[in-house]
Amino acid sequence: MSEMPPPLIRVRDLENRFGRHVVHQGLDLDLYPGEVLGVVGGSGTGKSVLLRSIVGLHRPSAGRIEVFGEDLQRLSPRDRSRVERRFGVLFQRGALFTSLTLQENVALPLIEHIGLSRTDAEGLARVKLALAGLPAKAAIQYPAELSGGMIKRAALARALALDPEVLFLDEPTAGLDPIGAAAFDQLLLTLRDALGLSVFLVTHDLDTLYTACDRVAVLAQGRVLVAGRLESVAATEDAWIHDYFHGPRGRAAEGAARTAKES
Amino acid sequence: MTEPGHIDQQDDRLAISGDWILPHYATLKRRVEGLAKIREPSSLGIDLSQIADLDTAGATLLMELVGSEQLAAIDDWAPALPAPRRALLRTLGEAMVGHSPPALRPARPVRDFLAETGQRVDGLWQQQRQLLGFIGLTLATLAATLWHPRRWRPTAVVAQVHQTGLNALPIVALLTFLVGAVVAFLGATVLRDFGATIYTVNLVAFAFLREFGVLLAAILLAGRTASAFTAQLGAMKANEELDAIRTLGLDPMELLVLPRVLALMLTLPILTFVGMLSGILGGALVCLVALDISAVQFVAILERDIAVQHFLVGIGKAPLFAFVVAVIGCLEGFKVSGSAQSVGEHTTSSVVQSIFMVILLDALAALFCMEMGW
Repeated sequence: MSEMPPPLIRVRDLENRFGRHVVHQGLDLDLYPGEVLGVVGGSGTGKSVLLRSIVGLHRPSAGRIEVFGEDLQRLSPRDRSRVERRFGVLFQRGALFTSLTLQENVALPLIEHIGLSRTDAEGLARVKLALAGLPAKAAIQYPAELSGGMIKRAALARALALDPEVLFLDEPTAGLDPIGAAAFDQLLLTLRDALGLSVFLVTHDLDTLYTACDRVAVLAQGRVLVAGRLESVAATEDAWIHDYFHGPRGRAAEGAARTAKES
Repeated sequence: MTEPGHIDQQDDRLAISGDWILPHYATLKRRVEGLAKIREPSSLGIDLSQIADLDTAGATLLMELVGSEQLAAIDDWAPALPAPRRALLRTLGEAMVGHSPPALRPARPVRDFLAETGQRVDGLWQQQRQLLGFIGLTLATLAATLWHPRRWRPTAVVAQVHQTGLNALPIVALLTFLVGAVVAFLGATVLRDFGATIYTVNLVAFAFLREFGVLLAAILLAGRTASAFTAQLGAMKANEELDAIRTLGLDPMELLVLPRVLALMLTLPILTFVGMLSGILGGALVCLVALDISAVQFVAILERDIAVQHFLVGIGKAPLFAFVVAVIGCLEGFKVSGSAQSVGEHTTSSVVQSIFMVILLDALAALFCMEMGW
């Protein structure tokens, strides 16, 4: 790609500190339209904090974050809601509303933002749940009755409810069985290709990185150490990156991805 | 703003064009439903090539027109569509093959009403059984730990006393002070007709030593602490912390319930004592201001007329009430299931139950003491 379109999300000089603990310092990151960006980093390097800062749940200590060219923190609540409608977020532990059934969970934004009737919204919600790989009878169950993997899928269905332009996923495949995780990667790619989604993906799953991600950003020492195509990132001279991509799991995932491409 | 998509019908051919996206869902749905009435879902003669914009909501509507099996086989009948779009439609069709909306049970008002009534009555009975069982379990755990000083948890008890007792002191004192003043006003008004306003002192002292001190403190504790216990234990249950305690070979009864119960049994007598003092102080202030009964005279009447047994009757009820409030608060916490709604329901239930039990026990105790002549 010689000429990049303007990024959807532009993070510049981000700084986050909790008391004396500095999480981010001088962090720059871009998310371009239609790409799947994988964000990796060791535990405690502030991947989730970065995600929360971008979607506006956490006010950064300093720096600029532009989403669709606008600074969320400076918008009026009304404008902010309009922007927030354009992205979907999947939280690490699902964060489904426990007092609503799954189809009500997914239908809620459709009723509130699009103004669909309840019947229409729930019909559409059932389709999204099926798309996320849930059986029909799960639609009228409550989150407490479901397994962790099913909650992840339902949370994905809710994140997709409004057909967002940008999808934020916080460790979506953690807790899924390998078959489910592979199906998830495939679904992500299908939706990206068909809807032109951009995806901000925080993950530890090397298979997901190899199959689904266009670019990878490595977080370390409070900033983005390196961002780019997987091969170039994996080739970077850094002890942590080397261990991450060329450890036993990294080699296995790379091998699996290569075999999949050849066949 | 874009235009909603169109379906143009020519003979038996359908040409589908325009934007099929979520903002137009209601309009598109009407158009699709109008057609679906006169036409079986099939892919025959459908032309999708003119669609401008398509998302999952639009694809869902197309599925109603075409049928999920046909959509899953889109590669066969619309190979000219761009690959990503075909992939979306195919994925959606494959996901929905064999899916039928879950059947809703028909409403049966009379039967449902009877069933609900039965469930409630049975629930009430089960609740009392569980409460008795839990009281037994608490006492058994207490007895088991009593002989093993290593298993006592003084730190947890002190922390709970701090939270439930010390922090509740101001509100208990203020509330009983105000009620004391009100009781004195009432007494003054009624007794004036008999020329016996001096007995206001006795009224206030009797009321607060025997009943109001302990009752007000217990009701405050039920509202303030039983609810807190339920919410704490309920959140722990929802977060599987209680299960974690069990798998570590520890006993939630011993770790969580006993310290709370013991702390409350220490706390409520102290709060009751403060409540009594503060209520009598409120009464004394009204006597001084409205009835010209000086503080010295007030204390003299107290010393002459009020026997210590009234104080003992009042404070003797405190540990009992505290036990009931704490046990109900903890039990309701254990009953919480995963949802946020359930936390709310059980917190409400614990406050209502514990206030009810406190007042019921107080009424029984009043009858008992009257018959005994205490």
